Amino acid sequence: MAWFKRSSAGIAPQEKKELPNGLWLKCEKCDEIIYQKELDRNLWVCLKCGYHMRMKSKMYIKILLDDGSFEEFNAHIKSVDALKFKAQKRYQDQLKTTVKNTGMNDAVITGFGKINSYPVVFCVMDFSFIGGSMGSVVGEKIAQATKQSIEKKLPLIIISASGGARMMEGALSLMQMAKTSAYIAKLSDLGLPYISIITNPTTGGVTASYSMLGDIIIAEPGALIGFAGPRVIKQTIGQDLPEGFQTSEFLLNHGFIDVIFTRTEMKEKLTLLLEFFGCQKEETDESQEASENSPNE
Amino acid sequence: MDRFVLEFERPLIELEKRIQGMKEYSRDEDVEMSEEIAKLEEKALKLSKDIYTKLTRWQKVQLARHPQRPYTLDHIQRMTRFFIEVHGDRAYGDDPAIVAGFGAIEDEHVVIVGHQKGRTTKEKLYRNFGMPHPEGFRKALKAMKLGSKFHRPIVCLLDTPGAHPGIGAEERGQAEAIARNLFEMSHLPVPILVIVIGEGASGGALGIGVGDRLLMLENTWYSVISPEGCAAILWRDSARADLAADAMKVTSQDLLDMKILDKIIPEPAGGAHRDHDKAAAILKQAILEELEQLKQIPPEILIENRIEKFGKMGFWDESYT
Ligand SMILES: [Zn+2]
Repeated sequence: MAWFKRSSAGIAPQEKKELPNGLWLKCEKCDEIIYQKELDRNLWVCLKCGYHMRMKSKMYIKILLDDGSFEEFNAHIKSVDALKFKAQKRYQDQLKTTVKNTGMNDAVITGFGKINSYPVVFCVMDFSFIGGSMGSVVGEKIAQATKQSIEKKLPLIIISASGGARMMEGALSLMQMAKTSAYIAKLSDLGLPYISIITNPTTGGVTASYSMLGDIIIAEPGALIGFAGPRVIKQTIGQDLPEGFQTSEFLLNHGFIDVIFTRTEMKEKLTLLLEFFGCQKEETDESQEASENSPNE
Repeated sequence: MDRFVLEFERPLIELEKRIQGMKEYSRDEDVEMSEEIAKLEEKALKLSKDIYTKLTRWQKVQLARHPQRPYTLDHIQRMTRFFIEVHGDRAYGDDPAIVAGFGAIEDEHVVIVGHQKGRTTKEKLYRNFGMPHPEGFRKALKAMKLGSKFHRPIVCLLDTPGAHPGIGAEERGQAEAIARNLFEMSHLPVPILVIVIGEGASGGALGIGVGDRLLMLENTWYSVISPEGCAAILWRDSARADLAADAMKVTSQDLLDMKILDKIIPEPAGGAHRDHDKAAAILKQAILEELEQLKQIPPEILIENRIEKFGKMGFWDESYT
């Protein structure tokens, strides 16, 4: 399962483009040059072709959760180099650099939040942290978030973006697939909803565990989703891959995801799903005031 | 018998051949050579200890892949009173890379699922080198669910170089099939005993590897990716697999140190490939002992313990600094 190769190679260019000094960005799909502020306003969806560019975890919190509703938990949990892993660089050094560069302690942010007043447990992965790879910390934080869902009887939402399990943690990272899936099974046994949202790219161990276990599985358009990475498959079979292979649309056609929602409509659709699942709204004073003052009511 | 010999086994194999030759000569020609033979046997014993107690991780990986190593069906054949293999996932097809069925080990009725490799070229292709497609994982789940319905414990034998990476596998939901098994196995209300008997590579192994107890035969490996795969990524050279095996720490002893493994099952001297009968007998004994203990635990506690067991896995830093 060498899905890691392609993804780690894919991190650098995109990250550079996201830096604030790059005021103009080029769409990877249609080559359109777009002003960054414009892109920001359009939720990082290409204005010309609709391509969903990779977006920071913080942006998902901003666009999907009600303003100021997010309360992060377990932000302090950090990775350790349990295996003293050393290849051309040491995992320990890589962690240090990545924490410094991303301002995050690992590849997933977890917390409580509200979606149009529906309280949820919300997890969002970030591909910029070592390719969104799942090591012990991602596994533990997803497990803890699932436990919070169970304890507070809240729906669980996980947004995935990951190159797979984190090789530098060897078998420990592999076991996180079992760990997260086991807690999600427990959540499911208790009748609590879990919504999985898959974004570009999600492959390997994350796809083969919690991403594929949602009561409902949603994908953003055009995302790469698969078990083995396309390069590995190409190498193995020695032939070119069919057009559109391993995209959201491909998975939808083959019956493995339930629905594709664009970023623009995601919040509205999530709200309807939460309503359907019978979740309870929790009006804050502010939101009540807001709806009372709403001219539409 | 001509057989495959690993480089580091060669001195021992050659010495053993010499001893065998002397014994035959002594018997056929009626020549007294017992003293010399005894000396050489002593030497062989020492050599064997030298070789097998100092195996590097990479050498252990090679033993785990030894072409004469006993595979799932070799063990099943030797351990069970009867075994009825079942085929297919009742949706798409049958995957010969995974064997699933029902049988009895002495008086213990069990479901057995395991990866199956082939020995001849033809068999290897038929078994797809022990690399499952989605229907293999789904077949295994079908058998495990049936076992659970009739309150029969499940024994999983892991021996795969990984789940198959291919177009068909992706089209039929390789990721979903593995994820589904992790989900279902985590809450099946019967004892699940998982044993790595050869190679345990990544999701392809874990896909039938969630259980109450994890055991590994001594000379096996289990990790998130094969040493070659890891080397290809990190050193851009799959020939550095020996370095990757050390970096990822893939052996049974390593997994014991990581607190993933519950127990190492010893192999016959020189490795399981040198004595299939003995290897199977040791395995059988280990299975019976573990099941005896697991059967005492009520189902709901079994499931709770299983989830918590995986919940503890991993290392992280929770300090606020
Ligand atoms: Zn575009």
